[in-house]
Amino acid sequence: MAMTATVGHAHADPHHIGLVVEHPGPAPKRTVTAYGFWVFLLSDIVMFSCFFAAYAVLVSQTADGPKGSEIFEQRNVAIETVCLLLSSFTCGMASIAADVRNRFWFYLGMAVTCVLGVIFLVIEFREFADLVSRGYGPSRSAFLTAFFSLVGCHGLHVSAGVLWLLTMMAQVFAKGFRADVLRRMMCFALFWHALDIIWVGVFSVVYLLGSGV
Amino acid sequence: MSDQTHMHEHDIAPGDEEQHSVGERIIGYVVGLGLALLLTATSFFIAGTDLVWQPSIPVALIVLAIAQMGVHLVFFLHITTGPDNTNNVLALAFGLLVVFLVVGGTVWIMSHLNQNMPPMDQFIQMHS
Repeated sequence: MAMTATVGHAHADPHHIGLVVEHPGPAPKRTVTAYGFWVFLLSDIVMFSCFFAAYAVLVSQTADGPKGSEIFEQRNVAIETVCLLLSSFTCGMASIAADVRNRFWFYLGMAVTCVLGVIFLVIEFREFADLVSRGYGPSRSAFLTAFFSLVGCHGLHVSAGVLWLLTMMAQVFAKGFRADVLRRMMCFALFWHALDIIWVGVFSVVYLLGSGV
Repeated sequence: MSDQTHMHEHDIAPGDEEQHSVGERIIGYVVGLGLALLLTATSFFIAGTDLVWQPSIPVALIVLAIAQMGVHLVFFLHITTGPDNTNNVLALAFGLLVVFLVVGGTVWIMSHLNQNMPPMDQFIQMHS
């Protein structure tokens, strides 16, 4: 909209007598990249909303299998939640460090983020393995299918995030704080924070609401 | 940051803040972390307590979850209502519209189907 308006003005005032407000030109690449990634994240959230909808529909279809309140352990979920929340914070610290070109704090922040993410994944994997070993795998009931796909999909995202995190550390190590590396780092931070937002939905809807039913 | 010197002439990237000192930025994250921890603790407390009226618990949990998502958006993702953030907010609004259509529509339609269709064993008894 802004563009067409200025073009119109330019035609009205071809000799730049003074009426024209110069168009600032295309946005900096940092803005364009992050905006594109933001749109991707929103589409990712829409995909998660489909899994949430499936879970909400199927939550009572237990086929005489276990209900949510019988298999969820709130202590584990609380630890997972705190891990992800703290990792979001340390990820923010790492992106500040990247902006001010401080290698030490960048590596420290990213390393702590990585450790917290891995702790989250280990707890989640052990929960899944425990459920499967008790015969409550995803094929047991529609409720468990929906549960495993929703929580498992989030877990896959976290795993991908940890790999991306390690890649970012390696790139900063090899290439330094170049503009393109900083753009990737900003996208990674957006991704990691978005995962935390989705986890808020997961622990509220699946674990806390489910344990009361 | 050559491209950040002109930041105020442009829209701001999602995740980027308006220019602040490092100290202010860290304080922003600390405040966000504190609020998020507080909301999380409240959620877990309410889910396991007998102190509040039981039917209010699901509503309270959902309200707390939405509040915490808001805290994350503002303090971690730096989505604000400022004029340089309009594009980000519009994209977010569209995403939220789709999310509410998908989740709300699914739950609505499927609950009506469940009401209108008796379970299969009753259905067979009725027709035999």
